[in-house]
Amino acid sequence: MERRNAKPKRELVLPGDVIDESGAKAGEYAYSREGKVYAAVMGIKNVSPIGVSVIPLWGQYMPSAGDFVIGVVNDIGPSNWMIDINAPYPAPLHVSEVPWKVEFGDTSRFLNIGNVVFLKILSVDESKKIQVTMNDSGLRKVEGGLLVEIAHSKVSRVIGKSGSMIQLLKAASGCRIFVGQNGRIWIDGEEDRAAVVADAIKMIEEKAQARDLTEKVKVYLESKLPAEEE
Amino acid sequence: MSGHTDMVLVDENGMRIDGRTATEHRPIKIEAGVLKNADGSAYVEIGKNKVLAAVYGPRECHPRHLQNPTKAIVQCKYNMQAFSVSDRKRPGTDRRSIEISKITAEALENVVLTELYPRASIDVYIEILQANAGTRCAGLTAASVALADAGIPMRDIVPAIAAGKADGHVLLDLNKEEDNYGQADVPIAIVPSTDEIVLLQMDGNMTREEFDKAISMAVNACHEVYDIQKDALKRRYSVKNEESDSDE
Repeated sequence: MERRNAKPKRELVLPGDVIDESGAKAGEYAYSREGKVYAAVMGIKNVSPIGVSVIPLWGQYMPSAGDFVIGVVNDIGPSNWMIDINAPYPAPLHVSEVPWKVEFGDTSRFLNIGNVVFLKILSVDESKKIQVTMNDSGLRKVEGGLLVEIAHSKVSRVIGKSGSMIQLLKAASGCRIFVGQNGRIWIDGEEDRAAVVADAIKMIEEKAQARDLTEKVKVYLESKLPAEEE
Repeated sequence: MSGHTDMVLVDENGMRIDGRTATEHRPIKIEAGVLKNADGSAYVEIGKNKVLAAVYGPRECHPRHLQNPTKAIVQCKYNMQAFSVSDRKRPGTDRRSIEISKITAEALENVVLTELYPRASIDVYIEILQANAGTRCAGLTAASVALADAGIPMRDIVPAIAAGKADGHVLLDLNKEEDNYGQADVPIAIVPSTDEIVLLQMDGNMTREEFDKAISMAVNACHEVYDIQKDALKRRYSVKNEESDSDE
């Protein structure tokens, strides 16, 4: 535990804990009352120039515009698909937001229930009505590969500082990886290599609080990946 | 509150039948995150009470007509197991469980930041595995830990405890005998950071002075329960951390 003191202390807060009394602004997962800022969820206190916020340890994914996510088709309508994106709300994908020309009522020819798609959150309005799109680079229907699910709050750990972790995973395994902000991660490559990456991602989720995680993952990958690339 | 007994509930030294003083609560044990399939969960023991709470959500609200376009709703189901009391309880909802579900949901609605999730629903399930008076307080205590465990934004964690009157004495956290043969039972839940009361009921009769005394006793005890709740949540985090440190 001692070695951790070298870096800024990560303070665990619980709902109702006072996290600031200096009049700072309440950020995400925090609220202010009578000049004090309180935590609203269990998580790690995070002070930034914008305000004091809490990084939740767990909880539901809340979509925000611009996020790239992985969705599963839930239901088919004549002019849209309902997509489950692991959020409290369903996300309708309208035919005008897909890269194909779809006739009215012909939706099931393109996407069916259970299909997996890469999506971008187009907008989330006041009443949390979500719109998603497939009209962006790299967005498509997914075929093959492996889908793993982790807590959405650990996604930033899988990506790493300026993408270091994800670069490592991609480079070491030679797999293609798509990380959805909603905690779903798609891995495509040789079966056994993809499985190792999936295990590594599960490990990252479990050990998200650990220091030098990238280094540990590197060691793990080197020991587990079938040695044929060298 | 109804029955009559020759039992001495409080002796001349102010000791109660289970060896507690008037201002002492029963031993409390709380564990967070005991269920894997729920979004959040907690297990609470208060004396002989054993309560399990699970939370799902926020998720899409069903039935649709209950949706509120401006905020999330909290739905609660309080259920007593058939084996929770000494003579088998007839399973299923009854008037009492509907009432407790309602007051629990309303107490929690006061602390959950419902306006963050319009149209959604947060579902709380409380199962009483063993009952020994004070299950609504135990249930609410468990439910609020489960909510925090589910990562649902809330203003505070809600602790609840009952105070009451038996043998003419104002007592904290009545047990079954004191509840059955006593004169009053006052369950209370508060928001610890502001001392707001989110649940207050009274069954039986008390004078104004006794009532004030009961309230202040229960509010003090709520803060103790609150510390135990927070401790349970912190332990859940450190367990996760140790797991990740140990197999390095």
